Amino acid sequence: MILSGDQALLEIVLLSLRVSGVALAMSILIGIPVGAALGLSRFVGRRLVVTLLYTGMGFPPVVVGLFVYILLSHSGPLGHLNWPIIPSLFTPGAMIVAQIIIAFPLVAGFTMASVLGVDPQLRQQVRSLGATSWQTTVAVLTEARVGVVAAVIAGFGGIISEVGAVMLVGGNIEGRTRVLTTAIVLNTRQGEFALAIALGFVLLGITFVINAAMLRLQGRMLER
Amino acid sequence: MSIYHLEEVTKIYGTRRALDGISLEVRPGEILGIVGPSGSGKSTLLRLLNFLEPPTAGRIRFRDAEFSATRAPSLAVSRRVTTVAQRPILLDRTVEANVRYPLALRRRRDSAGACAAALAQVGLSGLAKQPARTLSGGEAQRVALARAMVIQPDVLLLDEPTANLDPYNVGVIEETVRSLNRIGGATVVLVTHNVFQAKRLADRVALMLDGKIVEVAAVKTFFESPLDPRTNAFVRGEMVY
Repeated sequence: MILSGDQALLEIVLLSLRVSGVALAMSILIGIPVGAALGLSRFVGRRLVVTLLYTGMGFPPVVVGLFVYILLSHSGPLGHLNWPIIPSLFTPGAMIVAQIIIAFPLVAGFTMASVLGVDPQLRQQVRSLGATSWQTTVAVLTEARVGVVAAVIAGFGGIISEVGAVMLVGGNIEGRTRVLTTAIVLNTRQGEFALAIALGFVLLGITFVINAAMLRLQGRMLER
Repeated sequence: MSIYHLEEVTKIYGTRRALDGISLEVRPGEILGIVGPSGSGKSTLLRLLNFLEPPTAGRIRFRDAEFSATRAPSLAVSRRVTTVAQRPILLDRTVEANVRYPLALRRRRDSAGACAAALAQVGLSGLAKQPARTLSGGEAQRVALARAMVIQPDVLLLDEPTANLDPYNVGVIEETVRSLNRIGGATVVLVTHNVFQAKRLADRVALMLDGKIVEVAAVKTFFESPLDPRTNAFVRGEMVY
């Protein structure tokens, strides 16, 4: 199946990459600025926000799936609005929403930690060289870049391998919402162990290649 | 006309009064040494002179512009002043990229070879391509000085720039500061614990104690015939703090 380039398998792989890729991209877009802001600023209620973020980092995916299921179901607080921007249950859009909620706290939390690890004196010295507030933030993030890449790796790791949330909100529908992890669960339940193991290897291979690419990027950043 | 004119400048952090009604003039083209014990407000004063923090009260006039607790300087004005700190924090890039950094912030190209010239002046041309993290403390401080020089600031603020450095690095840094002042025309405010350094470099010296300026005088007067008994005790090394 793998070697012959089976169409169904290819669809599953592509959907897995699309769902996790879009969710990761959105988590990066939201998570890095939020993490940087939490690392760089002090405000009333920051401790509570950080506690919530850390709680989110340990959120079981299946619980996230349950919340998203309730939110998006027809009678749920978002589902009944019928807005085109809100995805329906059992669609890749719903799976993306669930994975964003899983990856965002990981990306934001690790970004915040890496920003906090940058010498606080750096900001003042960069400002004294004529940096604007934005340039100062960029300088701090650039110094924290190795940690920020680790945040992205953690976010990716958290969603590419999760099964609970995508199973609940996606429904594992063949040709529509079936991804690698849910396909592995299904084939295992059906006793198709060889296929399940093969899919597992595909998932491991994808994870390995993407992590290797990110590590290479991290290494290049260190060499700069 | 003075480059800085400070009027009753006060800075309060919580309940601590770091600067207490300071009035001071800094003359264009001079090297003003500021000496005093730790915690006397010297570094706070430099942060205010660099417009990194606003005063709690009082006014700071820089050239023709005036700043206060409610009035911040424009970016163009604040970019005419820079600080070299006691502990230089270099970016995790090459030495050359660090020196070029202030130009990049201003979106300026190094068309005149200012970075190479600055590195040559501090004797580090050979290390241009080296990662900054591999430098010794003295080399890092010299890179920080080159990084400050590259923008040809009107005012260079130095906060204990040679603390804990060996005599060779102290010599290079002092010589560079002297040249930046005499040839480059930069006004220099030098905070130092080292009274000998103040004596070597400064045109005028000020003593700070408990957030106040005790005395400002020409270097010879300050060390040989100070008016205030506390200055006398300080320069004789009799002040216990």
